[in-house]
Amino acid sequence: MVKQPQLFLEADLVTPDQFAGKSIEAIGAIEISEGKVKYPLASFAKIEGASGATAAETKIVLNGDLTRVKRVGQQMTAGEIVINSNVDMYTGGWMKGGKITVNGNADSFTGIAMADGELTINGNCQNHVGSAYRGDWRGMTGGVLRVKGNVGSDIGTFMRGGTIIVGGNAFIHVHTHGEGGTIIVKGNIEARVGGQSVKGDIFVDGKIDFMMPGYKYVEDVEKDVDGVKAVYAHYIGDLGERHPETKGQKVFTNLYLKK
Amino acid sequence: MTEYIIKNGCVIDPTQSINGQKMDICIKDGKIVDKVSKAAKVIDATGKTVMAGGVDIHSHVAGPKVDAGRLFRPEDKLFKSPNRKSNLRMEMGFSVPSVVKTGYDYARMGYGFVMEAAMPPLEAAHVHEEIRDTPIIDQAAMPVVGNNWFLLEYFKNHEIENAGAYTSWMLNATRGYALKCVNPGGTEAWGWGLNCITIHDKVPYFDITPAEIMKGLIETNEYLRLPHSIHVHTNNLGNPGNYTTTLDTLKLVEGYKPNNDFGREQVMHHTHLQFHCYGGDSFKSSSFESKSKEVMDYVNKQKLLTIDTGNVTLDETTTMTADGPFEYHLSHLNHLKWTNVDIELETAAGVVPFIYDPKTYIAGAQWAIGLELSLFAKDKDRCFITTDHPNAGPFWRYPRIYKWLLSAKARNDLIANELKYGDKVIDTTYIGELSDKEISLYELAQMTRSGPAKALGFSNLYGSLKTGMNANVAVFDIDPENLPSDPEQYETAFGNVFAFFKDGVLCVENHDIVNYSMPKKTIWVNSIVPENKQVDRDIRDKFLHSYTVDLENYAVQEEHVHNPYAIKVDITE
Repeated sequence: MVKQPQLFLEADLVTPDQFAGKSIEAIGAIEISEGKVKYPLASFAKIEGASGATAAETKIVLNGDLTRVKRVGQQMTAGEIVINSNVDMYTGGWMKGGKITVNGNADSFTGIAMADGELTINGNCQNHVGSAYRGDWRGMTGGVLRVKGNVGSDIGTFMRGGTIIVGGNAFIHVHTHGEGGTIIVKGNIEARVGGQSVKGDIFVDGKIDFMMPGYKYVEDVEKDVDGVKAVYAHYIGDLGERHPETKGQKVFTNLYLKK
Repeated sequence: MTEYIIKNGCVIDPTQSINGQKMDICIKDGKIVDKVSKAAKVIDATGKTVMAGGVDIHSHVAGPKVDAGRLFRPEDKLFKSPNRKSNLRMEMGFSVPSVVKTGYDYARMGYGFVMEAAMPPLEAAHVHEEIRDTPIIDQAAMPVVGNNWFLLEYFKNHEIENAGAYTSWMLNATRGYALKCVNPGGTEAWGWGLNCITIHDKVPYFDITPAEIMKGLIETNEYLRLPHSIHVHTNNLGNPGNYTTTLDTLKLVEGYKPNNDFGREQVMHHTHLQFHCYGGDSFKSSSFESKSKEVMDYVNKQKLLTIDTGNVTLDETTTMTADGPFEYHLSHLNHLKWTNVDIELETAAGVVPFIYDPKTYIAGAQWAIGLELSLFAKDKDRCFITTDHPNAGPFWRYPRIYKWLLSAKARNDLIANELKYGDKVIDTTYIGELSDKEISLYELAQMTRSGPAKALGFSNLYGSLKTGMNANVAVFDIDPENLPSDPEQYETAFGNVFAFFKDGVLCVENHDIVNYSMPKKTIWVNSIVPENKQVDRDIRDKFLHSYTVDLENYAVQEEHVHNPYAIKVDITE
């Protein structure tokens, strides 16, 4: 980046899908928005290198200060993006494949409704990480979303599939209304884990300050979580919700607390 | 004012028995005229179909529950809203479009009039505000009365003149057009968490049955000599086996006569009939079945009835209805979010998203039933095409429904290629035995123009290309002398009108909206009845004791109603 916006930039067209097969000039002409005004990418960024013929063969490296750039990698299907900076909201939103690495912090709505691919934040995130779009009951369905640091609230809301791994702590509302998928939090969570969740697996290596009342202890089990074996107390819930049966067995969300 | 001549089109106008005749349609000063001067602008309609502007008899497009649907479904807009066209306003929403998109999309299909299907009387102002903000199309709204405390009490004692006086007052206070009856008695029972699923179930406290309510409403409607008949969504909607309730309801018309000076011949219009033609006792293919034939056998021989279809379009959509208990049950069936509201003394409403997934058996069966109604209908001018928008699908899918009715191939291809349980659908519905039936363009015009206009009692305003009519004229890229072999062209042509005139103003030219600022009207019925001191007192009494608003604040104010066009019906004369 060579110029900062006065407001924020909506960079949803900065994706391997958009860059693939284009010349530097054509890439420079791709529109990004600042508020309601559209600008060519070249007015904010110096562009070097060459795109691949397809999205899968295209790697984009973003340098400079992208703290106020939103939606990088939105809806991408293949290829790679590396962001060497903090980045703003909606990074990797609705992504369907490919790989994004942020060497810095990301803001809220990171990996919103992610369908597949790898999204790695080597820093902290804010809220609504790997969550569903506001009002929608269909959240993350696939892929791996890894946050090295801490996250805020509303992680994996309405999750259906995929994996979220948080290296640090989370605040509240993890796997709310979850219907599948796996969330691993290696640090602590303050409260409201698995609220109204009906299916999926949540692993917490640290402490939960306030457990949801709808979770019931079953037994201790040994589990391999992100490559590390340990003993976990296995809880099932949310008992306040309907629980369908599969093959004669009632399905619950599994909450594993490391002992 | 500008003169136009739509030259050489194939005109289809059932009100004049014109079926594809090549003729010119002349427009001057907003009306259809016999001839125009040489200065008239020419719209070349050679090889195209010319029809009157469409009339939608039932669509939820303006009002508080529509707005609730918009508010609680942000995802209905995400990635589903088109980019703004340069000369138009922003358009948002898929199944519950914004009012701007609503007006534009109806114009793109060549529709000139849309009836808002349900207006909660207490919130009439909200309905009128949205009507004001909907561009292009003329609209009217039907106040819901089937669960109204005043009427439940008057009907209990069979006080028809009192019911008439109250209803007349209410039509005027809300600037309403007709009497809408939704789940009669059942929506009031919902206040106790109960329902009425046959027409003989008693309503708690009021101790009256849906049959008594509907008969009372028929008598009231005919006493008031209204342009439209009562407009009914009967009990037990959506439940397997409900066709018996439907037949019981339809038979209530027997013995009545339509009293009016508007050419209306029915005493009951039943809406979205598709939802009411279910047999069996569950939604499983081992039990569920279509009863459209049984129901249409009765509709075909009963001239006192008109119906609209409520076709399922196989989309992700939003259900919204004054049938409060139904929405509660639906949300427990699909486990999706639900909003529910009670309107004091009057009605209720619920909104729940719904996906009619062609990979499920039941959506395929519902889709089939909706189409069977039109294909079984013998009088196409008593059977109208709707989707109960947005309940069974978005209104802008009408051209897709036309395609399925005009082309057996399109229907059969869908069954073979898109329905996962097509075989089971064929086994349990009548769609297989109708596999070579098609409607004609003339019948399409009856079902979307002349028929609904007649049922609504305003054939002098809409649905016709007679000289003197307001010039609502649609030109479509379909050549009746050379019908397309690819049925997709029906959907494309009817969904992208070539040219559309609204009140003689060119709204769509060459498939693009070029003008959306022409005046649009709110049609309402100004009902005049003899003075009734009893009812006046009852109204003051109920407002004092039961309503939370004052009588002085209840009626819609003049400035709320956009460009009103009143149809006066004075029974004292």
